[in-house]
Amino acid sequence: MQPLTTEQIRAVIARGKAKDAIFQAVGILCLAIGLLVIFLLVGDMVIRGAARLNLDFFTQFASRRAAQAGILSAWVGSLLVMLVTACAAVPLGVAAGLYLEEYAKRNLVTEIIEINITNLAAVPSIVYGLLALGIFVYAFGFGQSILTAGLTLALLILPIVIVATREAIRAIPGMIREGSMAVGATRWQTCRYHIIPYAMPGILTGVIIGLARAIGETAPIITIGALTFIAFLPPLPFTETTEGSAGLFEWLMSPFTVMPIQIFNWTSRPDPAFEVNAAAAGFVLMAMVLTMNGLAIWLRYRMRKNIKW
Amino acid sequence: MTAHNASDLPRISDRLAKNALRNVSERIIEAILFAAAAVSVLTTIGIVYVLVSESIHFFAQVSIVDFLTDTQWTPLFDDAHFGIMVLVSGTLVSSFVALAVAIPMGTIIAIYLSEFANPKVREIAKPVLELLGGIPTIVFGYFALLIVTPVLQKIFPELPGFSLLSAGLVMGIMIVPYVASLSEDAMRAVPMSLREGAFAMGSTRLYTALHVVVPAAFSGLAASYILGISRAVGETMILAVAAGMQPNLTWNPMEPAATITSYIVQVALGDLPHGSIGYQTIFAAGLTLLLITLCFNILGQWLRRKFRENY
Repeated sequence: MQPLTTEQIRAVIARGKAKDAIFQAVGILCLAIGLLVIFLLVGDMVIRGAARLNLDFFTQFASRRAAQAGILSAWVGSLLVMLVTACAAVPLGVAAGLYLEEYAKRNLVTEIIEINITNLAAVPSIVYGLLALGIFVYAFGFGQSILTAGLTLALLILPIVIVATREAIRAIPGMIREGSMAVGATRWQTCRYHIIPYAMPGILTGVIIGLARAIGETAPIITIGALTFIAFLPPLPFTETTEGSAGLFEWLMSPFTVMPIQIFNWTSRPDPAFEVNAAAAGFVLMAMVLTMNGLAIWLRYRMRKNIKW
Repeated sequence: MTAHNASDLPRISDRLAKNALRNVSERIIEAILFAAAAVSVLTTIGIVYVLVSESIHFFAQVSIVDFLTDTQWTPLFDDAHFGIMVLVSGTLVSSFVALAVAIPMGTIIAIYLSEFANPKVREIAKPVLELLGGIPTIVFGYFALLIVTPVLQKIFPELPGFSLLSAGLVMGIMIVPYVASLSEDAMRAVPMSLREGAFAMGSTRLYTALHVVVPAAFSGLAASYILGISRAVGETMILAVAAGMQPNLTWNPMEPAATITSYIVQVALGDLPHGSIGYQTIFAAGLTLLLITLCFNILGQWLRRKFRENY
C-alpha cells in the first residue's frame, strides 16, 4: 500500500471531522424534536383551550353542552385519589425500602423480593387495572370507588417509591449508622432518628415523581370501571346526604371521575366543540404534572448541591 | 459498699427488663417492615391469580386452538369469534412503528449526550427529557389525534382519521426519553481508558462512539430497547384515542385497528356483567399481554447476560 501524502492525510482528517459535525447536528436535531413536541403540545392546548380557561371551568360540573362543561368533579376526584395513593404508597414504599436496605439478610427471600420489584416496574399499567377489577372491586367489594382507584395507583407507583427510597438510603455513609449504634441506639432508633430524616429529600423526590405518574394514569382507572359522567362531589365528612349523615370516611366509597378520564371522554366525542374542553383540561393536567416533575428535578438538584457528608 | 450494691441491684434488673421489651419491639418493627416489602410479592401473586383464574373460565368455553388461530375477534356478537391474533397484530404493528422512531432517536440522543455534548448541555437536556417522559399518555393521545393525524393526512391524503401510524409515531416520541436516558447511563459507564485508547490511535469521536463505546455498552443498550418494547406493547391510551377501537387483522400501519390494550379499555367503558364471557375475555387478553411482555423481559435478561462486558 502506497503511504499517504500530507494532502491525503489532511483530507482523511477533514472527512472524519465533517462526519463528527454532521452527527452532532443530527443529535441536536433529535433533542430539539423532543423539546418541540413539548412546546407544540402546550402551545396548541393553550391556544385551542384559551376560551375555556377561566374560573368557571374549575367550578362547573361536566355537562352535555360543551360551553358549560367544567372540570370540578374531575380535579376534586384526582386530588382525593392522589390523597389515598400517597397515604398507601408512601408508608409501604418507605418501609419496604428500609427493610431491603437496613434489615434484609442476603438470602433467597430477599432476592425474590428484589427481582419481583424490578419485574413489577415493567408490568403494563392496564394489568394493574385488571388486578384491581378482580381483587378490589369484586373480591373485596370496594366497588368503583375512590378507595379502589387510590389503592390501584398506589400499587402501580410502589416500585418507584421503593427504588427512590433505597437509592436515598444507600447514599448515607456507613459511619452514621456506626456512630448511632455506638452510643447504644437500636437498629430501629438508628433508622427513625438518622436514616429516615437524612434520606427524606431523596424519598420525597421519588414520591413526587410517582404521584406525577399516578395523576396522569388513565388506563387502570378506566379498567376498574370508573364512570365518565359525574355531576356531583363526594360527600364531605359529617354533612347531610340523601342516605343520612356522612361519616368521616364516606367519601372513600363514592363514585368519582379524574382528570385523565374527563379528557379521554371529551377527546372521544365526535362533536368538535368538546375538543376545546379537552384542550383546556389537558393544559390543566399538563400544568399539574410538569409542576410536580419540575419540583422533583429542582429538589434533586438542591440536594446534590447541599449534601456534604 | 455491699449495702450500696444491693440497693442498686433491682434498678439494674429493671433496666434489663426494659431492654428485653426493647428487643421485642425491635422484632415487631422488623416484622412490619418485612410485611411491607412482601406486598410487592403479593401484588405479583395477585396479578397472576386474577388473570389465570378468570382465563381458566374463559378457556373452558373457548378452545386455545381457536383463540390462537381464528382470524376474527367478535366476542360481543351473537356469532362470537375469539381470535386473539386480530388484537396481537394491532399491538405488534403499532409497537413496530413506535420502535422505528424511538430506537434510532433514543440511541442518537444518548450517543450525542454521552460522547459529544458538553456538561452544560447535558445538565439541561436530561431534565427536559425527563419532563417529556412525564407527560401523561392521555395528553399524548390528544396530540396524536388532533395534531399529528391532520399533519399526516396532508402528506398521505388517503390516511383515515384513526390510524396505527399516527398513534405509533407519537408512542415512539413518548418512549424516546426512556431509551435515551438508559442508553446514556450505559455508555457513560464505559471506562474512559477505552476511549483514550481509541483517540490515541487516531479515531474520531464518531468512530470511537460507534466502534468502541457502543459495543462495550451493548448489554445496557439492549436492556433499554427491551424496556422500550415493553412500554410500547403495554401502552393503552394513545392507541385507544388515536388508533380507533375496531378489531382489524392487518399488518398495514395506515389502517385503524384495535390492540390488546385498547380492547380492554373498550370493554371496561361498557357495562359488562361480572362473570359473563365478555368480562372474561379482557382477562384472557390481559394474560396474553402479560405473557408477551414477560417474553421480552426474559429475552432482555438473556441479552444482558450474553453481552455483559467487565472492565
